[in-house]
Amino acid sequence: MSYWARFRVWRGDSEKGELVDYPVEVNEGEVVLDVVHRLQQTEAPDLAVRWNCKAGKCGSCSMEINGRPRLACMTRMNTFAEDEVVTITPLRTFPVIRDLVTDVSFNYTKAREVPAFAPPPDLKPGEYRMQQVDVERSQEFRKCIECYLCQNTCHVVRDHEENKQHFAGPRYLMRIAELDMHPLDAADRKRAAQEEHGLGFCNITKCCTEVCPENIKITDNALIPLKERVVDRKYDPLIWLGNKIFKRGDVRAAKQ
Amino acid sequence: MTASAATSEEIEHHTFDVVVIGAGGAGLRAAIEARLQGKRTAIITKSLFGKAHTVMAEGGCAAAMGNVNPNDNWKVHFADTMRGGKFLNNWRMAELHAKEAPDRVWELETYGALFDRTPDGKISQRNFGGHTYPRLAHVGDRTGLELIRTLQQKIVSLQQEDHAATGDYESYIKVFHETTITELFKTDGRISGCFGYFRPTGKFVRFDAPAIVLATGGVGKSYSVTSNSWEYTGDGHALALRAGATLINMEFLQFHPTGMVWPPSVKGILVTESVRGDGGVLRNSEGKRFMFDYIADVFKNLYATTEEEADRWYTDPDNNKRPPELLPRDEVARAINAEVKAGRGSPHGGVYLDVSTRLSPEQILKRLPSMYHQFKELADVDITKEPMEVGPTCHYVMGGIEVDPDTGMSVVPGLFAAGECSGGMHGSNRLGGNSLSDLLVFGRRCGLGAAQYVDGLDARPQVQEADVVTATERALLPFTTAAEGGENPFVVHQELQKTMHELVGIIRKADEMELALKKLEDIAVRARTVSVTGGRAFNPNWHLALDLRNMLLVSMCVAKAALERKESRGGHTRDDYPVMDPEWRKVLLVCSAEGEDNVRLERKEQVPMRPDLLDLFEMDELKKYFTGEELGGHRATAQEGAK
Ligand SMILES: Cc1cc2nc3c(=O)[nH]c(=O)nc-3n(C[C@H](O)[C@H](O)[C@H](O)COP(=O)(O)OP(=O)(O)OC[C@H]3O[C@@H](n4cnc5c(N)ncnc54)[C@H](O)[C@@H]3O)c2cc1C
Ligand code: SF4
Ligand code: SF4
Ligand code: FES
Repeated sequence: MSYWARFRVWRGDSEKGELVDYPVEVNEGEVVLDVVHRLQQTEAPDLAVRWNCKAGKCGSCSMEINGRPRLACMTRMNTFAEDEVVTITPLRTFPVIRDLVTDVSFNYTKAREVPAFAPPPDLKPGEYRMQQVDVERSQEFRKCIECYLCQNTCHVVRDHEENKQHFAGPRYLMRIAELDMHPLDAADRKRAAQEEHGLGFCNITKCCTEVCPENIKITDNALIPLKERVVDRKYDPLIWLGNKIFKRGDVRAAKQ
Repeated sequence: MTASAATSEEIEHHTFDVVVIGAGGAGLRAAIEARLQGKRTAIITKSLFGKAHTVMAEGGCAAAMGNVNPNDNWKVHFADTMRGGKFLNNWRMAELHAKEAPDRVWELETYGALFDRTPDGKISQRNFGGHTYPRLAHVGDRTGLELIRTLQQKIVSLQQEDHAATGDYESYIKVFHETTITELFKTDGRISGCFGYFRPTGKFVRFDAPAIVLATGGVGKSYSVTSNSWEYTGDGHALALRAGATLINMEFLQFHPTGMVWPPSVKGILVTESVRGDGGVLRNSEGKRFMFDYIADVFKNLYATTEEEADRWYTDPDNNKRPPELLPRDEVARAINAEVKAGRGSPHGGVYLDVSTRLSPEQILKRLPSMYHQFKELADVDITKEPMEVGPTCHYVMGGIEVDPDTGMSVVPGLFAAGECSGGMHGSNRLGGNSLSDLLVFGRRCGLGAAQYVDGLDARPQVQEADVVTATERALLPFTTAAEGGENPFVVHQELQKTMHELVGIIRKADEMELALKKLEDIAVRARTVSVTGGRAFNPNWHLALDLRNMLLVSMCVAKAALERKESRGGHTRDDYPVMDPEWRKVLLVCSAEGEDNVRLERKEQVPMRPDLLDLFEMDELKKYFTGEELGGHRATAQEGAK
């Protein structure tokens, strides 16, 4: 039941690169990552690719397959016609390291800019009590496998290098929403979401939600509610006064 | 490449107090502790930060918090762990683990973890094989993701604190991801540093540090059917051996009973035990729930003997015994193996696992979402309607670096180990859920142990420059042999996997293992001369060429120890010695390195279990595992104590 597929693979590094054609054998039940591995074992032993779990759990094998941002380990070969050329290229929004591997450090930088969970000061370990219904909202966002497909897709940064500095991207705006909805988080994150992490850039196109392999409703459940909370807060005159007193950028002080 | 080229290489140089190799649960928890003790700490990982194997753990993290059944406590957890490991466990580790696991789990909540809840708002706990009470803290079937993300976010949180204090996020903790360590350095018998390469560039890096914590995970990539990823090449095991440390229990490998069997490309990928914990049953091709036929003598009276009683247990666990589907993993894996061999397997060589008859589609989607996803997307099977086909897959190595239970230090001063790469805690078989808790308990202990060790040093051992040159040359060897036309490393790797899978697999025989050892020697020769194409930047065939050396050494340990142990116990089943022998319970097989590609095996006596811990068991049960001599002695001490 095997057949020969036509693969077109981007090969190169940060300086130059090209699409290279490879005929390659495909067996029943295989995914794109299996085919990449077969290429490594035969014609292209130095073909660079990231992967770990091969089951959609680690978010390592992100790439663009026929132009669509996807996980290679969860893309079945039977979704393509046998005579169709399958083109695989690295994520477009991040700089290429080699072949299908990109430099995703942008995401780690953004992760570090979101202030961490602020535990309630008076609660000891073992004393946390939360209801299932209350944790479920944040749990949905914690399903994120950090594949960065949403970060790669969002038009705010996809072809706009200049926006990268001011925009955390859907994954990390969602992280702010997650902490904001955590039943016990003691911090206030709304102003910072808007002013420091670029929530205002998002014009709710939902492209991020469409590519999320975990089917997280990033826009509907995280970004839109966060925007609503920010708006509610902005018109509260007392809080507005509070914001004036603390200097900008002093996120921790503003939260107390 | 010549020696002169190796000396002229520019090598990035860092100095730390503690270097942690591995960014899974064990490594991250160790690093957090070292930093909390005020140590400048490096975290090194082969893949990206947040992608270590721990991310794949599904079912949960065992800790006797007693949230669901208040009868649970550390003593019950300890006893279950010892029983699961067939009493070969290092009892001190099992004791520390059972006592400290609840604190380690509660601590995660203060880092921001969000576990599933009980109706009264506590952390929910689920049933798992071998655990007397519902004990596994979990988040659906993605507990490992929650654990690693929480620890990762705690590291970020500490870095934010450091940034606030010093203006530099990395003043105390620095993560070097996509960096592979290939060599440890010793000076005057103590750890002085390590050496490796950055995967993206292929450039070399050296870390000078008096304490190194190995948290490198397992060895499954030496087998062709495995739930493990490319990272599991036994690097930590091999690094430790070459540095003069010892490995114990290497004959014990856990074959998880339920891996996917179809399609071929996903063969081996794990199907979580939660499927059975939440009510899934195993049937053969005749529709029979065969596990009732496989309740071993030592487990008689602990498991239900009829389907009716087993079914009642799900709703009334206090008055019924648990279904035999929840026996420890080694028992279930052997049973499935036997059913398939007897011709009662499913079309693709497994058996059926069905959860659709007990749980509604909504419940399945809620409790087992990633299993639903996995089967739907990878096998076109809807587990809310139809059974899955499953069979054993190489999953976990019980064996590992021999360490001091309290501090995690190996026999080499300054070298520590925690998590899957350490040995002893799980004896001959690990209970599900006991790994995640092990990572937290002993990760923390290693971080602490390393910090205290560093504090106790008068002077830091200096790395010898000559050792750096040797390490560089060794790492570049596959490029040298390229010119001489060696083999493709992928081919040699497949040969190794096939050898281990076929000859040192679930059921073992002396002649097959002898053959395996011969083959391994041959593969070792071939591995030394594999050649690679391409350059040094992100080049998978170079990486594999280097990993092969580790896999070989570890496979040698597994095969030698398995041949030596003439009994069947836990994750070691001998066709020619099918019964468990109390005389062997007292014996640990200890491996140490002999040259580049060989290992030496020695026998060592187990430390007798502390009497107060022995007293946690019924004498009738102990008699199944211990020799009369050992128990006679115990009774004597107990009587003396009473006097
Ligand atoms: C599919 C699956 C499901 C599981 N489910 C459960 C479960 O439900 N409950 C449970 O308790 N256990 C479970 N386990 C077992 C458990 O997940 C692992 O044993 C555990 O996560 C191992 O953690 P660790 O910290 O020891 O190592 P890992 O998380 O594997 O991390 C190893 C780290 O070491 C690094 N490393 C390795 N070699 C080098 C090197 N040479 N240089 C630099 N870095 C290196 C790796 O890059 C990685 O960062 C499961 C395992 C699998 C495969
Ligand atoms: S919804 Fe917002 S974050 Fe998502 S892709 Fe559109 S603009 Fe980007
Ligand atoms: S939110 Fe979804 S798409 Fe974005 S990184 Fe997480 S898993 Fe990937
Ligand atoms: S390899 Fe883990 S998500 Fe694809």
